[in-house]
Amino acid sequence: MMRAILASLLLIVSLHAASAAPAPGALADPALEARAQALQKQFRCLVCQGESLDESNAPLAADLRRLIREHIARGETDAQITNYLVARYGDFILMKPPFEEGTWILWLAPFAVLLLGGGIAFVIVRRASRRTPLNPTA
Amino acid sequence: MTAEIGQLALCLALALALVQSASGLLGVRSRAAASVASGAAMGLFVFVALAFGALTYAFVTSDFSVLDVANNSHTLKPLIYKITGVWGNHEGSMLLWVLVLAVYSAAIAFLGRGGVKLTSAALGVQGLLAFAFLLFILFTSNPFLRLDPPPFEGAGLNPLLQDPGLAFHPPTLYTGYVGFSATFSYAAAALITGDSDAGWARAARPFMLIAWIALTLGIAGGSWWAYYTLGWGGFWFWDPVENASLMPWLIGTALLHSALATERTGAFRSWTLLLAIAAFSLSLIGTFLVRSGVLSSVHAFANDPARGVFILGMIGAAVFGALGLFAWRAPKLEGGATFEAVSRETALLFNNVFLAAVTTAVFVGTLFPLFYRALTGRDLSVGPPYYALTFAPIFLGLLVLVPFGPRLAWRRGDLKEAVRALMPAIGAAIIAPLIVLTFAAPRALAGSGAFAIAAWLIAASVIDLSKRGRWNVIPASAFAAALAHAGLGITLMGIAGTTLWRSEALQVLGPNETMTIDGYTLRLHGVYRVDGPNYQAARALIEVRENDRVIATMAPEKRLYPAEQQDTTDTAIRSTGFSDLYVALGDERDGGKWVIRAYVNPLAPFIWAGAGVMALGGLAGLWGRLRVMFAPRLAPQAAE
Repeated sequence: MMRAILASLLLIVSLHAASAAPAPGALADPALEARAQALQKQFRCLVCQGESLDESNAPLAADLRRLIREHIARGETDAQITNYLVARYGDFILMKPPFEEGTWILWLAPFAVLLLGGGIAFVIVRRASRRTPLNPTA
Repeated sequence: MTAEIGQLALCLALALALVQSASGLLGVRSRAAASVASGAAMGLFVFVALAFGALTYAFVTSDFSVLDVANNSHTLKPLIYKITGVWGNHEGSMLLWVLVLAVYSAAIAFLGRGGVKLTSAALGVQGLLAFAFLLFILFTSNPFLRLDPPPFEGAGLNPLLQDPGLAFHPPTLYTGYVGFSATFSYAAAALITGDSDAGWARAARPFMLIAWIALTLGIAGGSWWAYYTLGWGGFWFWDPVENASLMPWLIGTALLHSALATERTGAFRSWTLLLAIAAFSLSLIGTFLVRSGVLSSVHAFANDPARGVFILGMIGAAVFGALGLFAWRAPKLEGGATFEAVSRETALLFNNVFLAAVTTAVFVGTLFPLFYRALTGRDLSVGPPYYALTFAPIFLGLLVLVPFGPRLAWRRGDLKEAVRALMPAIGAAIIAPLIVLTFAAPRALAGSGAFAIAAWLIAASVIDLSKRGRWNVIPASAFAAALAHAGLGITLMGIAGTTLWRSEALQVLGPNETMTIDGYTLRLHGVYRVDGPNYQAARALIEVRENDRVIATMAPEKRLYPAEQQDTTDTAIRSTGFSDLYVALGDERDGGKWVIRAYVNPLAPFIWAGAGVMALGGLAGLWGRLRVMFAPRLAPQAAE
């Protein structure tokens, strides 16, 4: 009931609605803005728990989002911007850890367990099936 | 007075834990000692419950002469958050941990399945765990310390925790984490007593299921909470604390499957024992990660290195103690089961290989940054892209294989017959992605793949049940498998839908201005100040129209909690069951305008609905087990 009253009130109040302003700070060119939005998903908010720049409400994240747009407006490529941010904040800012000498264990461990486990399972199954007595109604 | 009662109860509980562990372990040899252990377990439960009651009383009455209450409560807090505030802090949450442990100990003593020796040894191990955690509480995290003079007002509870969804999150999660203590204790007991007929797995089954159900619900609840509080519609962050709960769930899932084979045919005996040890070890590591403050987050209430060292010591003792026992005794257990290459056993074995691999991904992803920092001094983030490239493909591979398991017979299966039976599901897996490719925009190959797998899982579950005859003769275990597997499919659809087809709009609106998103027109009526019991909120009233018809009024809020000097977002979500319209209120801008973020998250409700279906599957399994356990015994049971 309250909802219905509220809704009809809103309807009366809002007969003439203005259209809204664009998102704050967005780049005018939609293609560049799309690049900025894709890019800010790849970097982490440095002061948050596991949130990307895209998701965070922190002031530092807002600053970095603005920074990314400034660099895009200057005509820099995604790689240049990534290098700039990594040079400034370290690998920590990358949501996707690099694949390099020190991190290959991180990337390969799950697949190594899958392969190794698969191999062991194969041996176990073969042994168990060799023990199977020749009894068709088992 | 109550604080002293609580303190005394904790000290008595500590003594009883010692009695329980000693008599429990001696109970393997002596029946008298075994019955002492049972009594001690019941007594332990009573005294820990008394201590917990005393702390709850202190919170409810806002007794600020108790330090823990003064630090974490406030008189203006609604009663429900005074109660849930008991575990909304480090000390209280550790007491809850021990309470749950004591409940499980008492349940083991009460049920007493698997024979006197096994039960007694299991109680002995539970007693050791209770002893260690009670020591930890009394020496590093005593909730009953007094404060003199008491302050007039408490410091309040983290507003993020003042939320109905989060209030019962810790007890649910702990029921899961600590539930694996029971399976751990049974596994250790089996190693101690040399139980060779896998009776331990049968005795531990109900605990395994309860732990798994609770973890499923706890993880889903946490994810739902993140979804509606963090204000941008994300539901999973691969945050270390989330990962800490996911690891025991994954290994617990592997354990549920492997234990099935051990019980049924005696296969994988030592592997199942190892999984039981691993599931609880990961629960302990989860507790360590969350409690020690090694990884800071909303969950880490305290940053005290002494606590971290203590917990690390306990984990070390439990894990290496159990592994040592395993290495010493397990080789004597191996019976060598026989099964053919195509059989249920083989399916379960490969299930375990995949689950071990995805658990490795989560484990390495969570802990690698710590080691990397220790070794190189540099920081590294392991974010969602890592899991998308490691966890996701392996887990999807597992899901493709899932439907074969239930269709293969124990010891000797028939793959051709299984494929023939699953033909309609293969059809569904072909049609579903075609429908998705035709109707969903933008076209996403990944999305159609996810829907193929989801349709395959759900259809296969339906087929599995339909092949078993009339519904009233279908065993509970078949319902359990079908529901749990179908639930995975439902959750997968939700994840795919939300991730791939989300629409997003962010605008600054003044009163009566509008924005559109995905066929909805949102009109900001205004932003009003609303006062809650212990917060002040800015509440936006937003009218939602679809096809020029007003369909709803949504009221997202931004709340400021003055006692804690913290603000939170309270999003508004309008769900059709198939898609969520999600609106969050952002900051105020010049000229009385406000930032409004709106999202349409297609299929988002499926994520949690799927988890609910999985939990129902677990409940079906539990019901089947308990029915057998408590059925009037027709044949004389081998009690020992």
